[in-house]
Amino acid sequence: MADNILVMKDITKLFPGVKALDNVNIEVARGEIHALVGENGAGKSTLMNVLSGVHPYGSYSGDIIYEGEVCQFRTLRDSEKKGIVIIHQELALIPELSIGENMFLGNERRGRFSLDWDRTYHDAEQHMRQVGLKDEPATLIKDIGTGKQQLVEIAKALSKNVKLLILDEPTSSLNEEDSQMLLNLLLEFKKQGMTSIMISHKLNEIAFVADRITVIRDGTTVETIDNANRDIDEDRIIRGMVGRELSDRYPRRDPKISDEVGLEVRNWNVYHPIYSDKKVVNDVSFKVHKGEIVGFSGLQGAGRTELAMSIFGNSYGTNISGEILVDGKPVKFNSERDAIEAGIAYVTEDRKGNGLILKDTVADNTVMARLGKVSKRGIINKHKENAFAEEFREKLDIRTPSVQQVVNNLSGGNQQKVLLAKWMFASPDVMILDEPTRGIDVGAKHEIHSIMNDLVEQGKSVIMISSEMSELLGMCDRIYVMNEGNIVAEMDAKDATQEKIMTAILKSSH
Amino acid sequence: MKPSVNEAGAQLSARNFSGFIKKYTMVIALVVVFILFTWLTNGRLMYAQNMSNLLLQNAYVLVMACGMLLCILTGGNIDLSVGATVCLVSAIAAQMMDKLKVGAIPAILICMGIAVLLGVWNGFWIGYVHIPPFICTLAGMFLFRGLGRVILDSKTVPISNKTFLNIFASYINIPGLDTGDSKRVMSALIAGIAVAVILILNTIISRRNKVRKGYKIPTALSAYSKTLIIAALVVFYSWKLSDYKGIPYMMVWVLAVVLLYSFITSRTAFGRYFYAVGGNEKATKLSGIDTKKVYFVAYTSMSILAGLSGLLMAARVGSVNGDSGMSYEMDAIGACFIGGASAYGGSGTVPGVVIGAILLGVINQGMSIYGLDNNWQYVVKGAVLLVAVVFDVVSNRKTGKG
Repeated sequence: MADNILVMKDITKLFPGVKALDNVNIEVARGEIHALVGENGAGKSTLMNVLSGVHPYGSYSGDIIYEGEVCQFRTLRDSEKKGIVIIHQELALIPELSIGENMFLGNERRGRFSLDWDRTYHDAEQHMRQVGLKDEPATLIKDIGTGKQQLVEIAKALSKNVKLLILDEPTSSLNEEDSQMLLNLLLEFKKQGMTSIMISHKLNEIAFVADRITVIRDGTTVETIDNANRDIDEDRIIRGMVGRELSDRYPRRDPKISDEVGLEVRNWNVYHPIYSDKKVVNDVSFKVHKGEIVGFSGLQGAGRTELAMSIFGNSYGTNISGEILVDGKPVKFNSERDAIEAGIAYVTEDRKGNGLILKDTVADNTVMARLGKVSKRGIINKHKENAFAEEFREKLDIRTPSVQQVVNNLSGGNQQKVLLAKWMFASPDVMILDEPTRGIDVGAKHEIHSIMNDLVEQGKSVIMISSEMSELLGMCDRIYVMNEGNIVAEMDAKDATQEKIMTAILKSSH
Repeated sequence: MKPSVNEAGAQLSARNFSGFIKKYTMVIALVVVFILFTWLTNGRLMYAQNMSNLLLQNAYVLVMACGMLLCILTGGNIDLSVGATVCLVSAIAAQMMDKLKVGAIPAILICMGIAVLLGVWNGFWIGYVHIPPFICTLAGMFLFRGLGRVILDSKTVPISNKTFLNIFASYINIPGLDTGDSKRVMSALIAGIAVAVILILNTIISRRNKVRKGYKIPTALSAYSKTLIIAALVVFYSWKLSDYKGIPYMMVWVLAVVLLYSFITSRTAFGRYFYAVGGNEKATKLSGIDTKKVYFVAYTSMSILAGLSGLLMAARVGSVNGDSGMSYEMDAIGACFIGGASAYGGSGTVPGVVIGAILLGVINQGMSIYGLDNNWQYVVKGAVLLVAVVFDVVSNRKTGKG
């Protein structure tokens, strides 16, 4: 039997209402680089969180056998003590602190009475040399680029005597050069005997570094493919990732697409609001006809949300340039209010963070984007407000004892419907729905899809951003594929397949 | 196992009861504290003069707490500069009338204009430059207090302008009605009874309207008992006032502010924005609401009310010095939190804040009449404030809103 550093056996993890992992099995041999691939939401990150103790022992079923013994990690610290270190996609460094301070955060180098700064910086420098970082350890994190920050994370892992390094999308925020450097570093560590698990969407990178590849889909392991000879078949991986049956899960609609264009965007460019030299959306042009549902596909971080929000009254990004045409007339939005007045609505993907006021009532939230409709000279007509809220409650079948119920007490699916009600109340002509069905149950999903069909039936334009490809294929008339801030493909839904979309994304990744 | 009808009923009434307790915690606390101090002071708290003073001494808290509520609603933000604003505005008023012999009306208008400017100053930095409110108003606190002392030239300046005193600190006295032989001031009693009748009529009419339009109405018992209790209190208080000089003009000012702010926060679109910003600023912005303006208005209105408080304070005390308005901000902030405003913003009501201010006032007054050492009064006030906020945080956590 092979020398496995880690075996995860029959791991099952339930979240309320969702089976995130369903009897997952994975074996990682000592000294290999093992890649984990799968669609968004397939369960890769959940699996790694189970392994590292973020989801503590007892919250899942199945066994983790590490270094030959069954482990019961209750916290991140337990797993780190054993040499398992996870580096998340979102870097967990504190910008205002120095490299050295970040490296030993929570694991400080102490002297007799206080922190031992000399030892902190001396030790930090040692680890930094190992990853090829030549900066001063007293440099602040905010003063180095994202590529170097990723290296700091790895150096930090080394400082914890890492034996099994887990990297979640390590290159997603890096440019090509930095990515290559990072991959070389991984190969170098492998020579020194370290084991790594790498989660990635980038098949070319996986083909380059991984010894074996495990494909996960819908919370189960599909297969593990050997890549010892660096000769993997990309199509096989893609099929493995997306290969579910596309059943008749979507409500029918006879498309009545008008020739008139509801919204057109030309040469749209957006830069990151903080790192203002980083381009998030690159020269994007697209249009939506009246009565049409247009989908935007892509991986997380492809720039879809950023595109939508920047169009919606510059609510994201800096240095935005490009043209917007509503009903064929060029317009300029200086604020969200301008966009709403022009008939555009943006239904956020983050209903708790950006969408709803959880401690307010269903009625308050419903009328929020257009209070003017229920008030006269600034004074709210409560009866009108309730009547509208009641109307939408019936129309969207929002299950709540009353429209005076606090939104926080509703289920996720019903909260999502309140969010939709809020923007339908604003009566837009173009509705941008960002992940409208994420994290809600199948029934509510179907209802939201029906609502979308009703909207286009009335001649409105709908843009749907979704990470679920089957949903896009089932609902849309046309699909744009985005990757790394660019539109990399446009296809008619009739001709589109999951394989085609995935191929477009992966072929354009570098 | 299915609960029997009886059990279910019992559960329901238990929930109603705990809901009732939760909704009216501070009212209940107020009643308990009031009875406690009435007992401790052998009923002296209930003397007409003390009842009248209860209002006069806390007028500035009531007025400023309304403005402070708006600031707190935007996210637990407070305004530390209001005590200093009171000092600066009243100093200007005193010096204008005392040294420059400016008339009362122009002096009041100029002072209110200055209060607006101070508010715009705070509001601009906080709303449009995103200076943290705590820091900005801390700076304001030093700035305005310092300017106030400069203007006063480190002296105590008396207020002797008759018109000014009449507008803020005299009592309503209707010739022919209140100057009779009877010691009782009839106008106060008549006004009290009139308000009580209006309250009851209003309840009846609005219930009838709701029935006519087919809206849900609260049970007759709860609606009428609430109204009747309030009406009885109004009549009782006006009876007390009529026993001692009648209705103070200061009460008219306080009522005007309380009613206006109550209306703004509960009935207007802009009032709704304060709650929205405190509940979820990002969502509010994405709903097309100008969040900068919300902050701006909150802090501008706060200073305007602080200016008004300054005038009320100056007229009541009769003089202004460099320590006037000292730590008033703490009373206003305390009243808001005791009155149930969330320390994280997004919830709180004007009636709640009024209850909080009165509770604080009763404790102050009760302790003074009882003769508790001034230093211990601080200890008690601090404890009450902490208990109120802990209660808010813990009870919100239980319902998952924290």
